[in-house]
Amino acid sequence: MRFERFGIGIAKGMVVTLKHLFRHPITTQYPEERLTTSRRFRGNELIWNREKCTGCATCAKACHIGAIRIVTATNIVANKYEVETYQVDTGYCIHCGLCVEACPYDALYMGYAYERAKYRRHDLVQNKEMMMETPDRKVSGYFHPERAAKLPRQTLLLDRDKVKE
Amino acid sequence: MLVPAISPDWPGGFWLHWGVFVVIILAFVMAMVMGFIYLERRGVGRFQVRLGPNRTGPFGILQPVADAIKVLLKEDIIPAAGDKLVYWLAPVVAFVPVLMVFAVVPFQEGALLADLNIGILYVVAVSSISLVGIFMAGWGSNNKFSLLGAMRSVAQEVSYEIPLVLAIIGVVLISGSMSLNDMVKAQNIPFILLQPLGFLVYFIGACAEINRTPFDLLEADSEIVAGYHTEYSGMKFAMFYLVEYAEALAIATITTTLFLGGWRGPVLPPILWFLLKVVCVFFVIFWIRSTIPRVRIDQLMAFAWKFLLPLALINLLVTAAEVVVLPEGLPWTIIFINLAIMVILVVLWSRFLRLGGGRVEV
Amino acid sequence: MVIKTEPFVVNIGPVHPSTHGVFRMRATLDGEVIVDLEPVFGYLHRGIEKLAEERTYTGVIPLTDRLDYLASMSNNLAYCLAVEKLAQIPVPERAQYLRVIMAELQRIASHLIAVGSFLNDCGAFMTPILYMIREREKILDLFEMVSGQRLTYNYMRVGGVSQDIPDEFLPALKKFIKVMPTFIDEYDQLLSENEILLARTKGVGILPEELAINVSAAGPVLRGSGVRWDIRKADPYSLYDRFRFDIPIGSIGDCYDRYRVRIQEMRQSVRILRQALEQLPTGEVRGEVPHLLHPPVGEAYAHIEAPKGELGFYLVSDNSIAPYRCHIRAPSLINLTALRDMIIGWKVADAIIIFGSIDICMGEVDR
Repeated sequence: MRFERFGIGIAKGMVVTLKHLFRHPITTQYPEERLTTSRRFRGNELIWNREKCTGCATCAKACHIGAIRIVTATNIVANKYEVETYQVDTGYCIHCGLCVEACPYDALYMGYAYERAKYRRHDLVQNKEMMMETPDRKVSGYFHPERAAKLPRQTLLLDRDKVKE
Repeated sequence: MLVPAISPDWPGGFWLHWGVFVVIILAFVMAMVMGFIYLERRGVGRFQVRLGPNRTGPFGILQPVADAIKVLLKEDIIPAAGDKLVYWLAPVVAFVPVLMVFAVVPFQEGALLADLNIGILYVVAVSSISLVGIFMAGWGSNNKFSLLGAMRSVAQEVSYEIPLVLAIIGVVLISGSMSLNDMVKAQNIPFILLQPLGFLVYFIGACAEINRTPFDLLEADSEIVAGYHTEYSGMKFAMFYLVEYAEALAIATITTTLFLGGWRGPVLPPILWFLLKVVCVFFVIFWIRSTIPRVRIDQLMAFAWKFLLPLALINLLVTAAEVVVLPEGLPWTIIFINLAIMVILVVLWSRFLRLGGGRVEV
Repeated sequence: MVIKTEPFVVNIGPVHPSTHGVFRMRATLDGEVIVDLEPVFGYLHRGIEKLAEERTYTGVIPLTDRLDYLASMSNNLAYCLAVEKLAQIPVPERAQYLRVIMAELQRIASHLIAVGSFLNDCGAFMTPILYMIREREKILDLFEMVSGQRLTYNYMRVGGVSQDIPDEFLPALKKFIKVMPTFIDEYDQLLSENEILLARTKGVGILPEELAINVSAAGPVLRGSGVRWDIRKADPYSLYDRFRFDIPIGSIGDCYDRYRVRIQEMRQSVRILRQALEQLPTGEVRGEVPHLLHPPVGEAYAHIEAPKGELGFYLVSDNSIAPYRCHIRAPSLINLTALRDMIIGWKVADAIIIFGSIDICMGEVDR
């Protein structure tokens, strides 16, 4: 070990740390302040549109984990199968969004919320009534640009930096 | 006049003076240690561009209290095969000498527990006893890695004592007496200007004494051992934690007394100046902690013996020469000479020094 | 009288004092010096190569996210290049530019974590890693804007990228490019000239040039030893020959050289980003690829310069919807071949630092 810079290297480092003392800290006081997630956020749930769904099960084929379970009855009404069971195991799901991408009728959306923890594992399995869109369960704009345009702007950490022009 | 100047011939005599000051010292140490724990966590958090703890109590003030309660409620584990008496006594032996250091520190003019005329010698002697406590902790744990960590810690502290004491002797030469009270009274110019090299050597040695970064290999989590306090839990661990901060407080107070002018200052009451200087020194200590990486054990020992010790000796020679040769009333000459010598020495030693071993051929 | 000593075996890990995942090193110590080292891994094996045989070509992409989870875009890119090579699928130009932008942003993010945790191992008490995580957060915000997630993006598809960038991405990226060089300078000023860091890392853990080439190391490990080899220049993929950038190399191959190489690579990535942003054309972002792809019978190998080294995918197809065999050439695993030669002769405290400077991710090593 040689003191190659005569201790000046240490002093320069300490100046940097001192400059940080006077900057605003970047901590977010959760749960009092919450940051807005992005418009295409792939949240913790799936939202199903019953009117548009035809029961084609493309989403279940696209899901490579096998988290979607569809059971349809065989009667065809207005060119749609009647869907008896539509069940998603959100504990199994890895939120990759391949099912939303695959649906040809825009009947499936990713959720926008992320605070969806439950106390029991079997509460994570969601059936067709639980998966409808309500004001509480908002829809994210992943692969649905018309819904993405209605969501609020994402908070970026870059907004806090001041740029010298 | 927050701390009245009591002399031993007060009504009530010696024992009342002793009792009042024991209470004052205990209150000071306990309050300041809690304050330091809080200050360090918030301060290091601000250096790292985040907030420190701020949930327990307004602005997180009750965080040390929460820590204390958590530690008290933990299970007290005693190793079955270790030496139980040694294991039990180790935190006590480590903590009590640190408290005893404060007996000779002047809080104000004449306000100290005992105005010994060998003040600084007493401080050096007593603070070495806490090393014995650390070694007892390593031995009583019956764990060979603890023993290894304890032996390394003792080696580190013993090696850094020597430059520390030599730097202190420089201050003794300039002030002319070993009593801390007289040293503060003699500082018309703070001794940091008169003894810059001494201050540097003393400060680095003190950081090594209290096991602080960059010398904190014993508590590092990238070593495979956790040091001498591996086997401790509960209140005994809290004592070791307290020892670390109390030693930092002791170092800060001794530094302000020796080098920064103690309680001297223009406008505010003296006790406030004292507290301000102590907090400033502690600020520098944890500022260094949050910036610099740590050194390796062989580099640490080489740094003490090859770098600090020669510098401290040369500083002593130069100071002794100045005290004899130059007359009393020319402090600026002394300042200039000392600064020049410090710069030359640091540059020279850095050029020609090689510390630490390299790779061993296997 | 000679004191007889005996070497003894000590386990470093798998619950590591420092980061980098579950990795175990059985070190034989003689006093303080390590005389022998045996790495033991496999604690994170999930069977990704076997699982890939049961999914469609598009369904493997979320699996590849989880290989090197700190640099998911690079993994997606390598896999998509392999499939496109196998099935001869053309990629539109705007998609290729977007891929370059994402890959370079990912390189900066991965190097930030690598350097940060390396400095954390040296003992700098979390200050550098927190500064670098702050920068990484900005990049992750950009990725969240584009793909919806912060760690496993699933963004690239066979034949392009999955969706176009939103409108607010380009202004945010321009601001990031302006702001990032000042932060890299700040990291340099913080610790690159620090004497204690120089003492801990200069001359420590030297990987000689011959050994690095023989062991087929790649990435900053190879470039730190002085070999000028970068796949972006040697075998350009995805329009890298249109950008002008330098390749930083080290001189002797110690830990300090690898650290400097990573910091310089971050600067070069910002340079590439600036050029890519200027040259970005309009157009489609996704080629015409059937939903269930049936590539012709054959095999293909595609490699890219991932942040940690050379990441390669070897795919064998038998004209069905799933790959017949998918083998992953993981850079971290191959770079670890040189671990024993780098660590022997040093002390235990140095072993942690040397291991941190190779920068591995256990998701890749164990797959």
